[in-house]
Amino acid sequence: MSHPIPPGTRDVLPDEMRELRELTEGLRGTFGEAGYGEVWTPALEYETTLRTGDASGAGAGYRLFDEQGEVLALRSDMTIPIARVVATRLGEAEPPLRLCYFGHAYRAAERRTAELREFLQGGIELIGLPGAQGEAEVIALTEDALDRAGLRRHRVGVGDGTLFDRLLDDADVPEEARESLVGCLSSRDLVGLERRVDQLGLDPTTRERLVSLPSLRGGVDVLDRAGGAVDALRELHELLAERGVADRVIFDLGLVRQLGYYTGPVFEVYDPAVGFALGGGGRYDELIGRFGRPLAACGMALDVGRVHLAQAAEERLR
Amino acid sequence: MSAALTVAVPRGALFAETLDLLDRLELDTADVRANDRRLWFADAGIVTVRPSDVPTYVEHGAADLGITGKDVLAERTDADVYELVDLGFGFCRMVVAAREGEDSLGESLRRLGRIRIATKYPRTASAWFARTGRQAEVVEVKGSVELAPLCGLADGIVDLTATGRTLEENGLEIIEEIAPSTARLVANPVAHKLKAAEIDALVARIRGLG
Repeated sequence: MSHPIPPGTRDVLPDEMRELRELTEGLRGTFGEAGYGEVWTPALEYETTLRTGDASGAGAGYRLFDEQGEVLALRSDMTIPIARVVATRLGEAEPPLRLCYFGHAYRAAERRTAELREFLQGGIELIGLPGAQGEAEVIALTEDALDRAGLRRHRVGVGDGTLFDRLLDDADVPEEARESLVGCLSSRDLVGLERRVDQLGLDPTTRERLVSLPSLRGGVDVLDRAGGAVDALRELHELLAERGVADRVIFDLGLVRQLGYYTGPVFEVYDPAVGFALGGGGRYDELIGRFGRPLAACGMALDVGRVHLAQAAEERLR
Repeated sequence: MSAALTVAVPRGALFAETLDLLDRLELDTADVRANDRRLWFADAGIVTVRPSDVPTYVEHGAADLGITGKDVLAERTDADVYELVDLGFGFCRMVVAAREGEDSLGESLRRLGRIRIATKYPRTASAWFARTGRQAEVVEVKGSVELAPLCGLADGIVDLTATGRTLEENGLEIIEEIAPSTARLVANPVAHKLKAAEIDALVARIRGLG
């Protein structure tokens, strides 16, 4: 007799659980030693809370009514709930605040894909430390945590979530054309992007910037080719160099994160042994203010299941 | 290039032109051409797969790059891959076709409030009829789509055509064109970052071929 569980969810048995536990304990230890205190928030939030953080509810896929008729939603990430906590329960705490978490988040996934609807996130939030100082600390700590998890070849991709918007501003691209350009970039359709830019009839230099900057990725030389638009990333690079992790960062001027609350540099974590990002994050300076306490902040979330996959793949290669 | 990059090559209509392109890029395709049944060519860094499977192999990183039709990518919008270059070959069109000389779509829409469409491309078909404001019941079939309107499975079909000959031979006519399609070079998102130099060099050579 078959008793299925919903697609995109899974049971974990002792052998795997032992490895997962070891991984999360390692990450927790690294975060803890760096001064990040662990917090826990409910998996269920009022839907209005998620919508306060992100107009689309941060892509929450599962909602229900409680016995009072209130709409509840399963959280789709940990950052919005933590922003709520910082503005409310920790409202008096002196910044900077360093928080970490391990918890499940929930997103809708298409049935036939292998994507998980419930997945374990482990991450850090650095609140009240603005600019490159904060971002460098978060990136360096992520590198450290993954080193200690046994990965060797991982890289952090760093882009600027506001760059493409600023390029569109500079080029005076009309509002009605912007949506399809941004759509092409976030769906990674560079052929479509070039085609749509060509329809705008821009001067050759502006056209070239809109088409080629989003394809630039690599070392710090990438920043030289982008000029003044990426000063924030250049400052970040200097701080990463001081921390000795600059060569493990890939600057990626086409990097786009799907969530709407990012206001500056954005991150993704890669390992060559697996074909998808292991996690991501970025700077979100307006999010906590939406809950009533304006504070600059940035963070990184790792998908623990994917890091575990990368660990296993790296071990096989060794 | 001793397999610094792995490329997913589509067996099928795009196969010959894809191999010609790889030749011009100085990749060794002799083994691939000589072995009709082998699928995996480690030395050349080539895996041969069904065209519709290319996005799957590339999305999961089993291949760094892949070549497939825009028609496949339009259908697999869920696959998270970079679309890097329009390779220009393999031109064909995604069309709506129905029995010649009959207004079977209009008739169904008027009397039954919906049309029934058979296709191998259910997402493309659903999106097209939603975009053009018509209710459509999309029936997925795996092959010989032309048969569906002839034996009453559907009012019309959404299918890919290069010359329109198969449609014609089956008494069907093209009534709407949805989109043109050509072969595209796609990349895995992680390889696109971690093997940026290799991928950019290959893309530059492809563009240089004109």
